[in-house]
Amino acid sequence: MQETSAPQAHVHAPPEGFIRKYVFSLDHKVIGKQYYALALVAVFIGMGLSWLMRIHLVWPNSRIPGLELLSKVGAPGGVMTPEYYLSLLTMHGTLMVFFVLTNAPFAAFGNYFLPIQIGAEDMAFPRFNMMSFWTTFLAFVVLILAFFIPDGPPIAGWTSYAPLSAVGKDAGPGMQWGASLWGLSIAIFCIASLLGSLNFIATTLDLRAKGMTLMRMPISTWAWFITSCISLLAFAVLLPACILLILDRHAGTSFFIPAGLVISDRLQPHSGGSPLLWQHLFWFFGHPEVYIAILPAMGIVSHILINSMRKPLLSAKVIIYSMMSIGFLSYMVWGHHMFVSGMNPMSSLAFSFPTLTITIPATVMTLIWLGSLYGADIQITSASLFALGFISMFVSGGVSGFFLAQPSIDIYLHGTYFVVGHFHLVMGVAALFGVFAGTYFWFPKMTGRMMNDGWGKIHFFITFIGAYCVFMPFHYLGLVGNVRRYSSFVDDFMGPDLMNLHRFITISALVTGAAQFIFLFNLIYSRFKGTPASDNPWNGTTLEWSMPSPPPWDNFGGKHPIVYHDPYQYGVKGSKGDFVMQDSPEQAISSVD
Amino acid sequence: MGKIFAVVLVIVALVSAYPIIINKYAMPEDISTHGHMIDDQLHETMWEAGLSFIGAQLVLAFFIWSFTNRKAGSPLKSFPGGAKVMVIAAVVLVGTEILALGVMGQKAWGSVYFTAPKADALQIQAQAGQFAYYFRYPGADGKFGALHPDKIDEGNQNYFGLDPANEVEARDDIVSAELVVPLNREVQLLMHAKDVGHSFYVRELRIQQDFVPGLDLAVHFTATKVGRYEIVCTQLCGLGHYNMKAYLNVMAQPEYDKWMKDQAAAQ
Repeated sequence: MQETSAPQAHVHAPPEGFIRKYVFSLDHKVIGKQYYALALVAVFIGMGLSWLMRIHLVWPNSRIPGLELLSKVGAPGGVMTPEYYLSLLTMHGTLMVFFVLTNAPFAAFGNYFLPIQIGAEDMAFPRFNMMSFWTTFLAFVVLILAFFIPDGPPIAGWTSYAPLSAVGKDAGPGMQWGASLWGLSIAIFCIASLLGSLNFIATTLDLRAKGMTLMRMPISTWAWFITSCISLLAFAVLLPACILLILDRHAGTSFFIPAGLVISDRLQPHSGGSPLLWQHLFWFFGHPEVYIAILPAMGIVSHILINSMRKPLLSAKVIIYSMMSIGFLSYMVWGHHMFVSGMNPMSSLAFSFPTLTITIPATVMTLIWLGSLYGADIQITSASLFALGFISMFVSGGVSGFFLAQPSIDIYLHGTYFVVGHFHLVMGVAALFGVFAGTYFWFPKMTGRMMNDGWGKIHFFITFIGAYCVFMPFHYLGLVGNVRRYSSFVDDFMGPDLMNLHRFITISALVTGAAQFIFLFNLIYSRFKGTPASDNPWNGTTLEWSMPSPPPWDNFGGKHPIVYHDPYQYGVKGSKGDFVMQDSPEQAISSVD
Repeated sequence: MGKIFAVVLVIVALVSAYPIIINKYAMPEDISTHGHMIDDQLHETMWEAGLSFIGAQLVLAFFIWSFTNRKAGSPLKSFPGGAKVMVIAAVVLVGTEILALGVMGQKAWGSVYFTAPKADALQIQAQAGQFAYYFRYPGADGKFGALHPDKIDEGNQNYFGLDPANEVEARDDIVSAELVVPLNREVQLLMHAKDVGHSFYVRELRIQQDFVPGLDLAVHFTATKVGRYEIVCTQLCGLGHYNMKAYLNVMAQPEYDKWMKDQAAAQ
């Protein structure tokens, strides 16, 4: 039930004209969809690049049709050069981490649903919001430009370690202008993320509806809120790091370049800088970034699981406090990326302890999810399958973190495929499972139409099995000592056994990737031809389900919802069924034993 | 559908764990004096991580199997003990694990980084550059000549930038593309980067350490088995990164002495 309150100025006027409605929109819902669309473009490009890399790794001399069109120098006759492999590797990582894993779970869904879930009409700063999307878009264009300059994309990896990334063209192909575009793109991306995070924080703190206390916010909103706090601090450090990198490259400074380096037979005209400074600044951002990707997914998954289980979690508060501890600890662990970097070995032990400690809140969350499933009435839908799949992936990616958190084991595993397997499962696949779950769950609200559940389930099973087939074997390769970031394997130890494993991974990646087109087709087809959705197709309790599907431009049609309950009143005897909505004044009496 | 997923989950978990259980993809044999501590630590962690992995996946599958498609009217239940049990279990179990592994791991880490090399350790300088390693022995005088980056001249095989014309210490320095070390003798490797970041990784030696430009580091180790082992670069260093490698050649003392004599004669 909603109450019409005294007339109040809208945050912004109803949009008029195509450009205001769909392009430079101030509406958080349109901006959320724009972020989603950008992430979708980026993820398919990123996936395409991973296909090219995987094919090259196992069939190094094969001609890849069409590759020559992308780069004549990088792939003469369609056969990839070692340096072009590194270009693709850099672009794959950058696209996926920044434009997919930051944009989709956080910026896209957060923009769309955070204001709605707290009962607000829009974000606190709609113009900032529009700017943050278009700034992100500019960052994307600048990055993609690197494919089309003669120099090609940079070869320094998504971590862009100095001095390789800082000295310019002497460092190799792609390092003259490609690397500058990379630095510029990431700097622009940082500005966009800072604007976005501020907006999320202000909105959460200032625009909550009457009765929406902080502890009555849905877990997904909590996750976006905590993520925006992390993001604000993390990108505020990466931005100056990128500026210093650009200065080193173009203004003759030496922040990251020490004296006496001879690169391409040329004594570099620099002195006084430190390569470790870049690593510290980068990972001070880089590790919290992992949580920027995974926390929103945790929030989305919790939100969907509760709805699918038809009963509350054992404790939503414990989940929220665990997310806060993870956010807090995420700032004390960046050094675990640098155990063998030559930093003081004492600091390795200091960084190892908080890294291991982060396992505690992560385990608490996993046990809460598992324990909550006990005695539930789980509804199996595409969304709930991906949410359950998330738990499986999060566990699998998490346990390997336990190895890498220990400096002594890291001596052996650092720089091997073990690390590749670990972070792909935990921050890549798990976070994307959160995005898939969110998409199947919220699509009816966003478009007014249902996605096809049968195709959704097929998509789930191929993706679930496929992701294990791709990323589990990486761990085995790492245990044998197979080094990552090689464009081909000339090592003595790469016997036929390991090459077979690599071939298996490539074929699995091709199949799993192809299954994503089922999702893409389902998304586009359902947008236009899907079954019309009701306002509350999943019998949800939170505010997004008490408005029309799709919501009007001002969300609640000029009304101001009043919130009476904690967000998840499931497993109760309500007038509409086993749930009571957050804005319904009726009393909720639990029927869970 | 829920039951199908539960079965798939069990199969996926067991198949994933199988190669680890039968040790199909084993680490290469350890040839160092400190490596067994790293191996023990890794195996210990594998037990704990492996049990957590299988346990969690099986419980997840079991709950999905049990609590989907329930009969209409069967009551919802809450996990006995509730959230408190979960929090206590996580803190106690994981906390103990962290303490145990932390204490044990410190010893392994310390054996590489916190113990000083013996006074009679053989000093060898390693230089990493795009995309090759060179190793330098101090020669009969036991002293290394100074490095002059401006004098580096690969055409004349002056990889390190030595100045033998003006410096007597540099005259007898021995430079090799292969790292030759005597068996069971402690070696201190002085690591110098010529251009960008590189790394020194010998799987059998259980040593991995980055070369950092501008920061000369050292690691020490004792090789315990004669043989030839690959040294590979694990820090992305440019277009030839995949092909940057050298060999560690562990020789018995008499062979080592002969090799050293031959090298000295040839330089």
